[in-house]
Amino acid sequence: MKLVVVSAGLSVPSSTRLLGDRLAAAVVGRVPATAPAEVEVVELRDLAVAIAHHLTSGFPGPELGAALDAVAAADGLIVVTPVFSASYSGLFKSFFDVLDRDALAGKPVLIAATGGSARHSLVLEHAMRPLFAYLRAVVVPTAVYAASEDWGAEGLAERTGRAAGELAALMGALTVAGTGAGTGAARGAADGPVPGARRDGSVRVGGLEVTPFAEQLAALRPE
Amino acid sequence: MQFGIFTVGDVTPDPTTGRTPTEHERIKAMVAIAQKAEEVGLDVFATGEHHNPPFVPSSPTTMLGWIAARTENIVLSTSTTLITTNDPVKIAEDFAMLQHLADGRVDLMMGRGNTGPVYPWFGKDIRQGINLAVENYALLYRLWREDVVTWEGKFRTPLQSFTSTPRPLDGVPPFVWHGSIRSPEIAEQAAYYGDGFFHNNIFWPADHTKQMVELYRSRYAHYGHGTPEQAIVGLGGQVFMRRNSQDAVREFRPYFDNAPVYGHGPSLEDFTRQTPLTVGTPEQVVEKTLSFRDYAGDYQRQLFLVDHAGLPLKTVLEQIDMLGEEVVPVLREEFAKGRPAGVPEAPTHAARVAAATAGSGAAAGAGAGVGAGSGAVAGKEVAAS
Repeated sequence: MKLVVVSAGLSVPSSTRLLGDRLAAAVVGRVPATAPAEVEVVELRDLAVAIAHHLTSGFPGPELGAALDAVAAADGLIVVTPVFSASYSGLFKSFFDVLDRDALAGKPVLIAATGGSARHSLVLEHAMRPLFAYLRAVVVPTAVYAASEDWGAEGLAERTGRAAGELAALMGALTVAGTGAGTGAARGAADGPVPGARRDGSVRVGGLEVTPFAEQLAALRPE
Repeated sequence: MQFGIFTVGDVTPDPTTGRTPTEHERIKAMVAIAQKAEEVGLDVFATGEHHNPPFVPSSPTTMLGWIAARTENIVLSTSTTLITTNDPVKIAEDFAMLQHLADGRVDLMMGRGNTGPVYPWFGKDIRQGINLAVENYALLYRLWREDVVTWEGKFRTPLQSFTSTPRPLDGVPPFVWHGSIRSPEIAEQAAYYGDGFFHNNIFWPADHTKQMVELYRSRYAHYGHGTPEQAIVGLGGQVFMRRNSQDAVREFRPYFDNAPVYGHGPSLEDFTRQTPLTVGTPEQVVEKTLSFRDYAGDYQRQLFLVDHAGLPLKTVLEQIDMLGEEVVPVLREEFAKGRPAGVPEAPTHAARVAAATAGSGAAAGAGAGVGAGSGAVAGKEVAAS
C-alpha cells in the first residue's frame, strides 16, 4: 500500500515534518504484514514556486505534477500543516486548490497540525476537517495536534498511535474492498488507449473517462 | 494538410511602449492579418468570439464576410463560435449566409467559451455549459441538413415547421470542428458526429493534448466513421520567430513576461519546454511543429497564434511572412513524408460536395471528412442532401 505524507512545514528542520514522519512510522507499524505500507513524503516548501506557477498558468510543472499524481494514487494520506493566522497555511491550501477536485474522493486521510501553543488545536476541527470533508475524503476521527510543549510532554505518543491505528485500519479495509487502491491504480494507469466499458456506463480511453454521447443527448430529451 | 492563423482578438498594451491600440486599430489589424495570411499562401484564418473587453471580435461573421470579399483562396473559420450562448438558429443562418458569400470557403469551430459572466449576460446558466453545447449543436446539425425542422428541447423555444435560410451552399453544410482544451465530453461529441476535433494545444503540456486526441480518435472509430487514423484532427501552436534564436528570445521576453494569460508565471524557458510555444528561428518552429505528429498522429490542420501578448501589427505581419516563406513550405513537405495513404486531407467545401454527389454508403474515410456514409449520423446527412 502507498502512504503519502504532505507536509507544509517551512523551516528546516521542521516540527511539522517531524510530526508527519512520526505519524507515518506509526502507520507503517500498524498495517497488516501482508500489505506493507510504502511511504512517500511531499514537501510543499520545495514546490512553493511551482504551486504559484500552476495558479497562474493553469497546469503543473513536472515536479508538482509528480507530487499531485502521488497524492492521487495514494492508498492513504497524512496531511500536516503549521497553524498560520488561525488556520492552515496558505501554501497548504494552495496545494489542495490545484489538486484535481476528485483526487481525494473516498481516500483515507489523517489530519495533523503544529503550532506554538495548544490554544490553536481546534484548527484541526474548524478548518482542516471541513476542507477534507469538502474534498470528499474519509477523515479519521482522531486528529493530531502538536504544540511546542507537546514534544516534551506525555500524550502525543498516545494520540499518534490512536490516529495511526485508525488510518491503518481504513487503508487496509478499503484496499481489501478494492475501492481505495482501485481508485489509485486507475488514476495512475494513463499509458495508452484502453477502450472499454465501465461499471457506470462511461467509457475510459487512456487517462480520460467519458459518458457515451447518446446517453448525454438522451438525458436532454423533453419528457 | 492545412496551415493557418488563429486569433483571439484581444486588445493588449504593448509592454515595451505602454501603448494600447484602440478597438478600431485592433479590428483593422485583425483583417490585415487575415489578408496577409492569404497573400503568403496560408490556408486558414480563424477568429475568436468574445463578448467582453479587452476583446473585440463579438461579431465573427461580419468580420469574416469583409475578409471573404477581399480574398480569393483562404478558408475562413472561427476559434471558437460559442455554441453555448449563441442561438443555434442564428448560427445556422449566419454561417450559411457567409458560406454563400465566400463561395464555400467557410468552416467553423464550436467552443463553450471561457468567460463565466457571458452565460448570464446571454440568459444562460454556466452549470449547463456541456448540456447547452450538446443540445444546441444537435439542433444546428438538423437545421443545416433538414429543410423543415420541428424541434423541442430544454434550452430554447420550440420550433414548428421552421426552415433556416439560406440553405447551405450546394446542400452541404460548413464543416464543423469541436474545440476543447480539457472536456472529454466535447471530444466525444466530435467523434459521435464524425466532425473534426481541434485542441488549442497552447497552454497545456503535450501529454494532455495527446490524451484528448486519443480519446477522440478512438471514439471516432467506435461510431463507425472510419479508423482512428482517419479522424479529423486540428492543433494550435504559438510562435515567435527571428533569424537568430537569441534575437527572438530577447525581443519576445517582455511580451511573454507581461502576457495576459501566461505572464507573471513560469519563465519563458520553462514555458517553452513544457508547452508548444516556440520562440526561436523558423527552423526551430519547423522542428517543434513536426513533433506534434508524435503525440497527435498525422493530422489535418495546424493553426498558429502569432498576434499575442500585445505584439505590434508590423511584427505580427513579419511573423506571417516568415510562416509563409520559410515555415509552412517545409512543413507541407515534411508532413507529407511518411503520411499513410489512408489519412484524409483536411476537409474543404469542394471535396465535401464531391463526396456528397459521389453518393451514399461508400468507402469510409474518403478524404472529404464527412465520415463518408457509415453510421446513422452520416446516413441522415446523405438522405437530406
